[in-house]
Amino acid sequence: MKTKTVKRRAAKLWQLRLYVTDSSPKSLTAFANLKKICESQLKGCYRITVIDLLKRPQLAKGDQILAVPTVVRKLPKPVRTIIGNLSDTARVLVGLDLRLAD
Amino acid sequence: MKKKRSKPTSQATQLPKCPTGIQGLDEITSGGLPRGRPTLVCGGAGCGKTLLAAEFLVRGAVQFGEPGVLMAFEETEKELTANVASLGFDLAGLVRRKKIVIDYVHIERSEVQESGEYDLEGLFVRLGHAIDSIGAKRVVLDTLEVLFASLPNEAILRSELRRLFRWLKDKGVTAVITAERGRESLTRHGLEEYVSDCVVLLDHRVNDQIATRHLRVVKYRGALHGTNEFPFLIGDEGISVLPITSLGLNHKISSERIATGIPRLDAMLGGQGFFRGSSILLTGTPGTGKTIVAANFAQAAARRGERVLFFSFEESPNQIIRNMHSIGLRLEPLVKRGLLRFHSARPSLYGLEMHLATMFKEITTFRPHVVVMDPITSLMDAGTVSESKGMVTRLIDHLKASQVTSLFTSLTQGGHVLQQSEAAMSSLMDSWLLLQDFEGNGERNRALYVLKARGMAHSNQIREFLISDRGVDLVDAYIGPSGVLTGSARVAQEDLEKAAVLASQQEAARLKREVERKRSAIERQISGLRSDYESESAELRRIADQVGTSTLMLTTERAASGILRQADAKVAARTRGKARNGNGNQ
Repeated sequence: MKTKTVKRRAAKLWQLRLYVTDSSPKSLTAFANLKKICESQLKGCYRITVIDLLKRPQLAKGDQILAVPTVVRKLPKPVRTIIGNLSDTARVLVGLDLRLAD
Repeated sequence: MKKKRSKPTSQATQLPKCPTGIQGLDEITSGGLPRGRPTLVCGGAGCGKTLLAAEFLVRGAVQFGEPGVLMAFEETEKELTANVASLGFDLAGLVRRKKIVIDYVHIERSEVQESGEYDLEGLFVRLGHAIDSIGAKRVVLDTLEVLFASLPNEAILRSELRRLFRWLKDKGVTAVITAERGRESLTRHGLEEYVSDCVVLLDHRVNDQIATRHLRVVKYRGALHGTNEFPFLIGDEGISVLPITSLGLNHKISSERIATGIPRLDAMLGGQGFFRGSSILLTGTPGTGKTIVAANFAQAAARRGERVLFFSFEESPNQIIRNMHSIGLRLEPLVKRGLLRFHSARPSLYGLEMHLATMFKEITTFRPHVVVMDPITSLMDAGTVSESKGMVTRLIDHLKASQVTSLFTSLTQGGHVLQQSEAAMSSLMDSWLLLQDFEGNGERNRALYVLKARGMAHSNQIREFLISDRGVDLVDAYIGPSGVLTGSARVAQEDLEKAAVLASQQEAARLKREVERKRSAIERQISGLRSDYESESAELRRIADQVGTSTLMLTTERAASGILRQADAKVAARTRGKARNGNGNQ
């Protein structure tokens, strides 16, 4: 489990979870893509928690994980889910509801 | 890799099977589902897919010591637990004892955004984790096809499903995958393409407003299986499939005889009544007394101390008791003593199979010696002829196997033509009594005869069946030139015969008197003649005496004159002799 925390002045902290399996190419791509988007949009106010399902399979149930990789936005509410390697940035922004944040 | 090939089994024996524990299903599949392989259960909405799958898991965990995983895509754990609790399954308890794991998989398409490539490894991880956590041997995926609605990319989904089934086989778990019935294919999304080892099709259809569920094993690779459609039902003890041929024809047979409750009827049946454990059919048009004969039989059995179960599909128990009271049968003390139990249900209450299951259950709990079903025909209206014949066959099989004597009444619509259903049913029956009514002389009378009685000598005669406030009785009916005489015609005939007897007696007496008279007349004549004869013979004697004396006198007179004419008498005699000789010489 890797944790990357970047603080920013904003009051809201974005909590994101990235579910992956081991270090498969899809998982690595997804993490890179997610980090890139967060850095550009949410610099300093996001936290990404990477969960390796092969190591902690019991965590898959809680967030209803089927597809890998999956990003779950835990905060702010409501919970939002994006599946895939996040290569389509526009869809990720829509999925994370970041369009309005611009 | 268009279709997976199952590994060829080197041994000549059958595929290893995984018993489901579901009543009847293991008999159809001769042992259960293919062990270590996925089975597809498909069917329309509300036909019992989920329950079948859940029962497979629960029975596996409870009866066969095989823990299971239920991956639910449609219902939550709570909902599932509540749903199967109605079948008496304690899912929550099994989950607590780590016999079953329920994983509710839920994806809302509107909440999920897709971006780039992905796979369903998460599903594999969850399933694998659930299997490993309790060492599961059985897996149920209920209804996997929900994923087609939740996940936008069908190409990924299909390739992942193919991988999933391969993976399940490699895991060595026996899996049941439920799927919605498609319009032209077995499943809506063509899952049968991936699961090709065993396919079970469920069906729920309505005939004449009555719904019946059916199960069919469409495919079972590498094993013999019943290919027919079998009715099944969901009772309060789970699913039971009712294969017609489950029991075969090898019942134990008793040669003990039991009385019918009507002495004359016993006499007609070789003097002893029916065989124990036999099945008896009693047919008749309305109002011929079928229920009465049945009630007599029931009462006689209960009085012998046997338990009697009376299924009534037309009258309520109280109505039967009251009606039978009017002909002198007292049933309520027998009910109170627990020897006679009534079970009344409207035939249209539920489908045939449900009736059958209810009856099985009653029979199992009450363990009766005698079962009466009054009338079986109204029950048969709840299904088609072949369905109901199948049902009656199974019922009789069941009863015979447990040595229960069964009496079925059957209502015919009148006339002499036997209905199709009866003809179909009669071959299953050991004895067949027919109640008929005869109309004539402005009245209607009942008659009874034995149409068949397997294995016993029986009367071939029609008896008149009388119902009075003292009960029933059978009397000989008369066969007249215009047919059988019953009722007042029979009484008139009896009177006629009595009159005829009387007349012939009188005639005989008259003849006797006549003869007597003649004899005495003759005797009188004889004595008259005799006295005539005697007087005449006395006369004769007198005359004879007279003649005698006169002859004597004459003789003596002649002698005297002869002496006088002696000489010339000799001369004359000599000359008469000479003359005769001289004529001869000439």
